[in-house]
Amino acid sequence: MLMVYLRGLLLLLCLAGLSTPAFSVAVDTPLDDPRQEARARAIHKQLRCLVCQNQSIEDSNASLARDLRILVRERIAAGDSDDAAIGYIVERYGDWVLLRPPIKAGTLVLWAAPAVFLILAIILIAVWYRRRNGPASKPVASLSAEEQVRLKDLLDRGDQP
Amino acid sequence: MSEPIAEEIPRRAWLRLVPLVVALVIGAFLFVGLGLRPKEIPSALIGKAAPEFDLPALPGRPKGLKTADLKGEVSLVNVFASWCVSCRAEHPLFMKLQASGVVPVHGLNNKDKGEAAMSWLNRYGDPYDRVGADLKGRVSIDWGVYGVPETFLVSAEGRIVCKHIGPVMQRDLEILLKAIEALRQGGTAQC
Amino acid sequence: MIAELGHFALVLALSVALVQATIPLLGAWRGDPGWIGLARPAALVQCLLVSIAFGALMHAYVTSDFSVLNVATNSHSAKPLLYKISGVWGNHEGSLLLWLLILVLFGAAVALFGGNLPAPFRARVLSVQAMIAIGFLAFVLFTSNPFERLFPVPLDGRGLNPLLQDPGLAFHPPFLYLGYVGFSMAFSFAVAALIEGRVDAAWARWVRPWTLAAWCFLTMGIALGSWWAYYELGWGGWWFWDPVENASFMPWLAGTALLHSSIVVEKRDSLKNWTVLLAIVTFSLSLLGTFLVRSGVLTSVHAFATDPARGVFILGFLIVVIAGSLTLYAIRAPAMKGGGLFAPVSREGGLVLNNLLLSTACATVLLGTLYPLFLDAVTGEKITVGPPYFNATFGPLMLPALIAMAVGPMLRWKRADLGGAVQRLKFAIAATVAALFLTLVLAYDGPWLAIPGIALGVWMIAAALEEAAYRLRLFRVPVGESLRRLVRSPRSAWGTTFAHAGAGMVIIGIVASSSWQVEKLQVMRPGEEVAVGGYSFKFIGARPFKGPNYNAVRGAFQVSRNGVDITLMEPESREYQDPPMETTEAAIRTGWGGDLYAVIGDPTGDGVWSTRFYNKPMIHWIWMGALVMVFGGMVSLSDRRHRVGAPSRRKAGAKPLKVAQSMAGK
Repeated sequence: MLMVYLRGLLLLLCLAGLSTPAFSVAVDTPLDDPRQEARARAIHKQLRCLVCQNQSIEDSNASLARDLRILVRERIAAGDSDDAAIGYIVERYGDWVLLRPPIKAGTLVLWAAPAVFLILAIILIAVWYRRRNGPASKPVASLSAEEQVRLKDLLDRGDQP
Repeated sequence: MSEPIAEEIPRRAWLRLVPLVVALVIGAFLFVGLGLRPKEIPSALIGKAAPEFDLPALPGRPKGLKTADLKGEVSLVNVFASWCVSCRAEHPLFMKLQASGVVPVHGLNNKDKGEAAMSWLNRYGDPYDRVGADLKGRVSIDWGVYGVPETFLVSAEGRIVCKHIGPVMQRDLEILLKAIEALRQGGTAQC
Repeated sequence: MIAELGHFALVLALSVALVQATIPLLGAWRGDPGWIGLARPAALVQCLLVSIAFGALMHAYVTSDFSVLNVATNSHSAKPLLYKISGVWGNHEGSLLLWLLILVLFGAAVALFGGNLPAPFRARVLSVQAMIAIGFLAFVLFTSNPFERLFPVPLDGRGLNPLLQDPGLAFHPPFLYLGYVGFSMAFSFAVAALIEGRVDAAWARWVRPWTLAAWCFLTMGIALGSWWAYYELGWGGWWFWDPVENASFMPWLAGTALLHSSIVVEKRDSLKNWTVLLAIVTFSLSLLGTFLVRSGVLTSVHAFATDPARGVFILGFLIVVIAGSLTLYAIRAPAMKGGGLFAPVSREGGLVLNNLLLSTACATVLLGTLYPLFLDAVTGEKITVGPPYFNATFGPLMLPALIAMAVGPMLRWKRADLGGAVQRLKFAIAATVAALFLTLVLAYDGPWLAIPGIALGVWMIAAALEEAAYRLRLFRVPVGESLRRLVRSPRSAWGTTFAHAGAGMVIIGIVASSSWQVEKLQVMRPGEEVAVGGYSFKFIGARPFKGPNYNAVRGAFQVSRNGVDITLMEPESREYQDPPMETTEAAIRTGWGGDLYAVIGDPTGDGVWSTRFYNKPMIHWIWMGALVMVFGGMVSLSDRRHRVGAPSRRKAGAKPLKVAQSMAGK
């Protein structure tokens, strides 16, 4: 409810509640190769900070997040592929650190749901629409020859009371 | 015009119950959720061999800690630091544990300064058998440590069996001791 | 003494709410005018009592009365007055009291300005409002009493989290709550209508202004929150798909859908069932947000979870309210049959598409937010559902909605000609194609998604403007005639124009700032210079600085472009004492082209400082766009047909009532 406001409290929690070493605005030394640095930064954005729990390690000031950033840079500099560098962290901390949940048995529902929701909603609307507008709107749209005869008949009769 | 609609309504009456059912299912999950602990991230290393490492001892303390030290006997590995406030809370329990000699407790000193860690141990007591000085915190990352204190139960084969996050209190210790007993009798540990 | 007075006022408010929740409802059922008449004074008295309680807590904060536990835990005598005041709602108990205050203020507003509602209906609405108030009053009194005393009295308080000591955040929660709680009006109207078993054009006309007002507040609240995150947290991000953010975004999505579907109810007497359901769902999501934030079931919100009893209480209340209203819905909904028929391509059809996509997107956000909990409960497996998931699912769902949003207002009711509507948007199409090429030429080396992204934003804005021009028959009739049309055309149509154009601005801001952001992080010595996207940042030096309740290091950076000095940027790194904490105060310079953003970190030794710079092109369009959307909502709200108090201000109060009743009986 307090939205980001709580993020602040959370940060406080990072500082006081869970014991982590003294904290500072983390600005680390980038890799020399700008392309490697860009790859490392892209990976940082995909990994969740374990201490603050709701940011990527890129966005976190926590000391562990900084250590992990440095670790990722080292893996990239050592020639790891992106997947290998991510895998290195996942091996130690599990799928939990992945901000993008991997597609596996437990997340099938999660990944399939948006499409399923959309299709279900379209079907519901289509059924509702046909039920409501289908039979009722036909007479409005056009009258069959027989109906026109009947209509004329009715109108004619109306003229001669 | 309204005739066909009126006829079909009872047939589809269940549709009107869908929102209610969805809400109740979510409510049930939320109720279960109140009892869960979302902040505790399970270790990815349970059942796996302890990571390869070799850490030096703290200055003025004899034994360092390496992977091979964890083989041969069930042991506890406690991640601690002098800057860690809640480590103080669990410390007396480890002192008692050491005095009882039930199980060796090894220390993994996380991101500390050697002298600070030593004076902390001198001041409050040293419950550890071996202590590895992980000054850069790199070995702790290999262990999947994300907050201090954390305590691992390692089997005689050097496998990580359990991980406790946060200070070990009396209740947690009892669970750990039961698990140790089970391991020693060749069973599977529940923790 | 004053604190006890506040506590006592809350107890009294609870008893008044109990009366208000039952007697008028029974009265409306029995047709007893005396019992019905009780609703209005009860709502006003309840409002007065809760105001007294809120005032008492405010008094305790302003006077730093540390004998009140809540004040001692969350305030400090050295805090500036503004933050003593905002500290009232900067904590669990106080924020609940604010929630409650806004709830009863809305109730009082219905009592005062609801003269155009039929008395029995108004009585039912106020009864439902009182039921919600009972839940929250009980919650405050039994689990979260803000007036609890503390003994011995501490010398000083523990202070407010420094991150919250910020003007942006001081006003963020009140706006957010005005939005959340504002949707309780739509809820109460929906439940009252279900009890009466009647939803018609008049109902929609009553509900719309309340929904619109709530929507404006919520939009504002969300915008303020994200703006605060942007400049205060120092990472340059403004939306993180955090559960707490999602908690406020879901009611917004549902509320936006409600806003549009209630138009169909009003104009075409269709979609009634669905609109009532949406009204219930929107408020339910607001309540769910309250629960998520305070119960600790999701990680983001663990900070509040000190007392499991609170979580159980509020969940119980949540289930009673939501399940109760949905049961009523299941029973009564079949009785409400829609009238107006329409072809798939029509204004109604467009609004149905809007609702389809918004609700699907809302359901997706809900699932993504709760999924870690579901999975943990079922399998014990812990996963994270982060921004990549939401970007990958929410984005594609919203895309067609944003494209179609430009065409919708051009469609006629009942049956429209899509080709003709698109043809009437020829200038917008031309502008979009031009934007496409222009972006392609200017930013050919950028991420390719930026090109259609910018074009989409341009399409939304241009189409909104062209629709307005079409409405005025601009350039096709003499200017005088267009002006006359300008004066006479309904303000709600202008609201649409502004809101839709504002959404386009938000899109442009998001696309431009995320695609072309330049970011540099490095360590610097005084005298060193760094180039950031065409600008040059020269580090002049850093010096200590003392604020009212913090110490800081303030860096100075001379920013220049092509050798011409533009500005001096002075980011700070602050250190607060109560409670001890460091915060980052980014220096932000907003120009026409976008923001420059500078952060100073810690010294790394030998006079070297870590620094972080961003150039974020057009990022301010996000918040400007949100403001334009809110402005659109307010313009629409000022439409005579929406103005809540208007009928009672004109001549006598009795006449509009009759009109309303005749409308209701139609």
